[in-house]
Amino acid sequence: MAEVELRVNGTSSRVQLDPRVSLLDALRERLRLTGTKKGCDQGACGACTVLVDGERILACLALAVQYGGREITTVEGLGRPGRLHPLQEAFIRFDGFQCGFCTSGQICSAVGMLAEHRAGVPSVVTPRLAATATPLSEAEIRERMSGNLCRCGAYDGIVDAIQHVAGVDDRAATAEPAADR
Amino acid sequence: MRPFTYLSAPDVTTALRAIATEPGARLLAGGTNLVDLMRQDVERPTTVVDISTLPLDEVQELPAGGLRIGALVRNSRLAAHPAVRSRYPVLSQAVLSGASGQLRNMATVGGNLLQRTRCPYFADGTAACNKRDPGSGCAAIGGFHRGSAVLGTSEHCIATHPSDMAVALVALDAVVEVQSLRGTRRIPLAELHVLPGDTPDVETALDPDELVTAVELPALPVAASSRYRKVRDRASFAFALVSVAAAMEVADGTVTAARLALGGVAARPWRAHLAERALVGAPATEEDFRRAATAELATAVGRPQNAFKIELARRTVVATLHQLTTEGGAA
Repeated sequence: MAEVELRVNGTSSRVQLDPRVSLLDALRERLRLTGTKKGCDQGACGACTVLVDGERILACLALAVQYGGREITTVEGLGRPGRLHPLQEAFIRFDGFQCGFCTSGQICSAVGMLAEHRAGVPSVVTPRLAATATPLSEAEIRERMSGNLCRCGAYDGIVDAIQHVAGVDDRAATAEPAADR
Repeated sequence: MRPFTYLSAPDVTTALRAIATEPGARLLAGGTNLVDLMRQDVERPTTVVDISTLPLDEVQELPAGGLRIGALVRNSRLAAHPAVRSRYPVLSQAVLSGASGQLRNMATVGGNLLQRTRCPYFADGTAACNKRDPGSGCAAIGGFHRGSAVLGTSEHCIATHPSDMAVALVALDAVVEVQSLRGTRRIPLAELHVLPGDTPDVETALDPDELVTAVELPALPVAASSRYRKVRDRASFAFALVSVAAAMEVADGTVTAARLALGGVAARPWRAHLAERALVGAPATEEDFRRAATAELATAVGRPQNAFKIELARRTVVATLHQLTTEGGAA
């Protein structure tokens, strides 16, 4: 067993963990933060995406002992009922989900992705890699979010929600979404 | 997952001592491949040596004009580095072609080089696999082998190396620095991965007590005009069927310098020396590009499900070189 200090959503906890325990299982089963979902448990679906020091990672492939002392943010730390994160609001407005199982991973991933884009990180569909800033087109969003699968196929709504929050698409930002009618 | 002893190495020497003295020790960095294989019971370390906090995570300029990339530089940092994007765009593009945003934030340069094959039978403990269980046979030969290798294979193994990054690095004449308690040595990346022969379980030229500490890129003017092109079954987040890393300079319609490597086709990132020789001095036409690719692929061996890769590789080489002549590099 190893003693690990897990700092999650601004709260620090000391837990005794078998080193085999993934960050995902530690969050869900020890800290009871079940917003982060276990999908494939092998790094292929993105449902377990969390933020570590502001960067998105997959909690299923992370051993919890490796992440002691790091600032971990889960979907519970982004917003709460009545005070949702702008991406959470947008996912509701633009129908960015159906069953909801991939949603916390999608939203954590989008938070990390938007920060990467603001920092000037290119993607493989960026036409000129040496450019310091690239518009966040639909193609850029789809490529940068490709690590998050949605079995319900809510991708169009997910892209619209992210574009709305990024403020890059006037059409999406001014559209009257179904939920508001 | 089997139990193991977890050791977080505070410095390089502690890590080297652990792998020199513990036969069942494995190094853990980003964990994206090792943790997955441990969960599938393919990797069974008795000690896991966590090297993720060692100070090997910088990209530095070399006096002679190249770059020194620490083994623990995250894939995402490497791809976004301004010097890589402007001077070695093929490397940035190759890294960005691999995995997903989340995985690139975790995965390291050293781990990317040493990741294991994604041949489905390697990860399936009920299947024959000479790489996982020497002498058990190869279930891919005669089984599902659509993604398998066509160059440098043997009757014992047709697995591919899955990395995109390594394909760009081998085209760029990268050198790998490795350390052990016995000292430091440098291995050309082209010699790091070994072909399967009759020992497919031996995948690299590393000794068990060695740690990859850095990858060095030489100053390479031709690399400023370079691209990576990856062909896969879906548009993103999939391993390559075939990929091409290419750098080329053309003057007055004639190729004056060329670097070419293929991915998804062999157990190592495949440096295409034969094609390079055919290219340099020849006209920069699609016909000549095709001739060069054909020279490289002359020894390729296709099987019923993966023979398409040979023509796909040829066409992808031609398309990538043509794009370099018409649009320039990706920088």
